[in-house]
Amino acid sequence: MLKRVHFPPSVLPYLLVAPQIIITLVFFIWPASQALWQSMLVEDAFGLSTEFVWFENFQALFRDDQYIGAFKRTAFFSLAVAFVSMSFSLVLAGFADRVVRGAIVYRTLLIWPYAIAPVLAGALWVFMFNPTLGILAYGLEMLGYEWNHQLRGGQAMALVIMAASWKQVAYNFLFYLAAMQAIPRSVIEAAAIDGAGPIRRFWTIIFPLISPTTFFLLVINAVYAFFDTFGIIHAVTQGGPANATTILVYKVYNDGFVGLDLGGSAAQSVILMILVIAMTVLQFRYIERKVEY
Amino acid sequence: MVENRPWLAFFTHVVLLIGIAIIALPIWITFVAATHDEIRMTQVPLPLLPGDQFWVNLKATLFGRGLSGTETAPVWLMMLNSLVMALGIALGKIAISLLSAFAIVYFRFPFRMGFFWMIFITLMLPVEVRIVPTFEVVAQLGLLNSYAGLTIPLIASATATFMFRQVFLTIPDEMLESARIDGAGPMRFFFDILLPLSRTNIAALFVILFIYGWNQYLWPLLITTDSDMTTIVMSIKQMLEAAEQSPQWNIIMMTALLAMLPPVLVVVLMQKLFVKGLTETEK
Repeated sequence: MLKRVHFPPSVLPYLLVAPQIIITLVFFIWPASQALWQSMLVEDAFGLSTEFVWFENFQALFRDDQYIGAFKRTAFFSLAVAFVSMSFSLVLAGFADRVVRGAIVYRTLLIWPYAIAPVLAGALWVFMFNPTLGILAYGLEMLGYEWNHQLRGGQAMALVIMAASWKQVAYNFLFYLAAMQAIPRSVIEAAAIDGAGPIRRFWTIIFPLISPTTFFLLVINAVYAFFDTFGIIHAVTQGGPANATTILVYKVYNDGFVGLDLGGSAAQSVILMILVIAMTVLQFRYIERKVEY
Repeated sequence: MVENRPWLAFFTHVVLLIGIAIIALPIWITFVAATHDEIRMTQVPLPLLPGDQFWVNLKATLFGRGLSGTETAPVWLMMLNSLVMALGIALGKIAISLLSAFAIVYFRFPFRMGFFWMIFITLMLPVEVRIVPTFEVVAQLGLLNSYAGLTIPLIASATATFMFRQVFLTIPDEMLESARIDGAGPMRFFFDILLPLSRTNIAALFVILFIYGWNQYLWPLLITTDSDMTTIVMSIKQMLEAAEQSPQWNIIMMTALLAMLPPVLVVVLMQKLFVKGLTETEK
């Protein structure tokens, strides 16, 4: 943690940490404590008086079917994004791992969607699936399937899952490929000599050996789907139709800035913070375990 | 590989090419839309092959006043705003993280661990979960519609501080001992020894943070109301809304292309640094 030798004590270290600490205090700790405080206040309809109500905002949230619905929807959305994106990447990484020459070319062609902003990813997908113009919506109609995500909740959900997974494939692919390439070749060769074919080798050797990566990616993808997909939802569906794609981060924004329900929005913020802390702890536990290996 | 199966090798390439095609499809459609004129982009079915209007659309997008019927800043100004924001966030994060990691590793002082944990907390509080109170703080400080408001609230970074701490811990103690024998003070040691030794890590982190900064969406959306301060990533959403009345998809998709170009170029051209940065910041 600390060096064996260090510089003599002075005011210098305080000056060095000052910028980081001041920004943390002003823009992180203070707003977070404000959120905690506001989450226990109720404002009347005209914003004239506020009342301290302890945990009533939280109780109200958990009695609210819309909030419970958003919670379940977020869980489903995160799992779906993690599953679609990770399985797609796993297949591609499994094949890319077999390529002797040109693997780097495939990697280059697969990783760049990482750089695209979520809201842009949303814009590209909503354009392809635009009910009147979109090229894929048109193709589906040719096949006799009517696509209109502006009216059908299930289709809207499918669309945001596709857009969110598409963007995350790059990240998962990179980590899966690195994990597979770290497996000693001798292990795989030994299995090949014993007569195990490529598919058998994948399921009995490669897949179990990269399970720490799978777990790590599961946490990362869940965090991504929970917090980084605001732009996608905002661009593609605005939470609609009829709240079919309102996930938790979208609801915090919508209740706070559009609905102006400050107490309720602050209570939602506090719940989200607790969720982030839980996920961060999970991620760190995993990393500690990896160090032991 | 371990065995010679020509058919399997062939199949491998086919699967990878299909994967790349699926990944690239949305970009291809965007590119094609940006190369046709406005009229063609309202006729079903939309084209699958590029047209000849690329340069016309590029010029109209970069220097025009956006979509007809809306009052927005020209796209070149939005790209400049995005660039200032991305560079401000990336360089700011790197600078303050280097300094605080240096203090935490090379000095022993009261509250050292307290500061360490305070920085750690920022890791747990993404903007998305504390938007309303953070917005109020920034509004009270009078930072709305300014570059300072766009960058400063986002530059505290636990990840970067941790990464530099790891890097500094791997630098042998003898470096410090010999520097002190030669009479170098702390800042001299920092600039002449630590900075050059962590050059690659700084570059790798810069790549990741540039992408992070360029792609900010919710934060600029909240604190900029003046159209001259909009960033290009934000403008896409406004254009999608305007598209309900005036569907100029050629212009919208050209703007989308321009918005994704800088970060994509950074990833492709600096792939090695990008991969290094991505894997190191997760440790």
